[in-house]
Amino acid sequence: MYAFNYVRAGSVSEAVQAVPGGNFLAGGMTLLPSLKLRLARPDQLVDLAGIPGLAGIEEVGGRIVIGAMTRHIDVASSALVRAKIPALADLAGGIGDPLVRNRGTIGGSIANNDPSADYPAAVVGFDATIITDRREIPAAAFFTGLFSTALQPGELVLRVSFPIVHRAAYVKFPSPASRYAMVGVMVVQAGKDVRVVVTGAGPCVFRLPAFEQALAANFSAAALEGLTVPADGLNQDLHGTAEYRAHLVPVMAGRAVAQAQGR
Amino acid sequence: MSVSVALEVNGRAVSLELDPRTLLVELLRRELRLTGTHVGCDTSQCGACVVHVDGRAVKSCTMLAVQAAGAKVTTIEGLAQGDQLHPVQAAFRNCHGLQCGYCTPGMIMTTVDLLRRNPNPTEHEIREGLEGNICRCTGYQNIVRAVAEAAVALREAPAASASA
Ligand code: FES
Ligand code: FES
Repeated sequence: MYAFNYVRAGSVSEAVQAVPGGNFLAGGMTLLPSLKLRLARPDQLVDLAGIPGLAGIEEVGGRIVIGAMTRHIDVASSALVRAKIPALADLAGGIGDPLVRNRGTIGGSIANNDPSADYPAAVVGFDATIITDRREIPAAAFFTGLFSTALQPGELVLRVSFPIVHRAAYVKFPSPASRYAMVGVMVVQAGKDVRVVVTGAGPCVFRLPAFEQALAANFSAAALEGLTVPADGLNQDLHGTAEYRAHLVPVMAGRAVAQAQGR
Repeated sequence: MSVSVALEVNGRAVSLELDPRTLLVELLRRELRLTGTHVGCDTSQCGACVVHVDGRAVKSCTMLAVQAAGAKVTTIEGLAQGDQLHPVQAAFRNCHGLQCGYCTPGMIMTTVDLLRRNPNPTEHEIREGLEGNICRCTGYQNIVRAVAEAAVALREAPAASASA
């Protein structure tokens, strides 16, 4: 690691004031490995762990609101999330491994927008709203590209607000080594609306309109038969080729639909 | 820059001046000479470095020492009560859940947290619970057996797990 100054922020405004030239530190599950590899050189790390009120899960006005510093394990084991949005509890319980889930946070995961992170699929799939220190950002406008989001420099995610949706499922094909999603598909049916969202396969989370139309007409795995995804532009790395990922997308989508049907 | 870090390690209050880059595992091994916690990969993949921070199993190679300020840290050295092994340690010994032993401290610390959350895991849940811990020797069979045996022992004597 390159040298940095460490700041333990006591409030959101303190954190936002201290961050120029540096990075927010949430769970550190991505930031610390990249610092160890000297992929980044922040002047300071602003630790968010001491800010009261940034972690926790509440039901507010018919929505589930999750604080940015809430650890994956706490979302996975929350009775409230399990009862209201079971697919979200499942997704959180499958991130990384138990040791990563004990530290990693929802705010850190979405602000980092790793192409193979799981949470972006849920945020887009449920059409969640991201609440920052200065505004609310709809999921559709949040993830803008590889490791990029609509967050301005120094803007801090405070909470993510999810609508209550039962009929949804997330199925992924994890890399056997890292447990990151090589391909993960979130299928959500909310009223007449169906969303099919893919993570891991491309540089950034994306929706599949053709799959969504087919499922809106007939919500069953059979409706997806014959639908394919072009390999063009998909990720290609030591874990798998673009063609392999393209093949996995409809397979994972079909499994997710079958699981969601049971809800 | 140096920062002062005060925390509790295995029940003992510790206070140090550290470079903020110091990892928790470096604090434990280098500053406190608690070398039971191992470093296998240093890239958050193997789980050899697992310790408990406020009761939760974490990879100490992927946490800054300053992030543990104010916390209670338990390492493998803090599990036994005098000469009496913790039931998870005893089960790993009984079941031959180790060969070279390099992964063992991490396996045991992860297991203690796993059984606290889920006192009666299925074999599948045990294997999933150990997903973040890699062993290059045993083929895992005896590790899974050890965890199952420890689960029985802890259900029969729950007081032992409360201390960890
Ligand atoms: S040494 Fe920490 S995970 Fe391998
Ligand atoms: S016993 Fe050798 S690495 Fe597990």
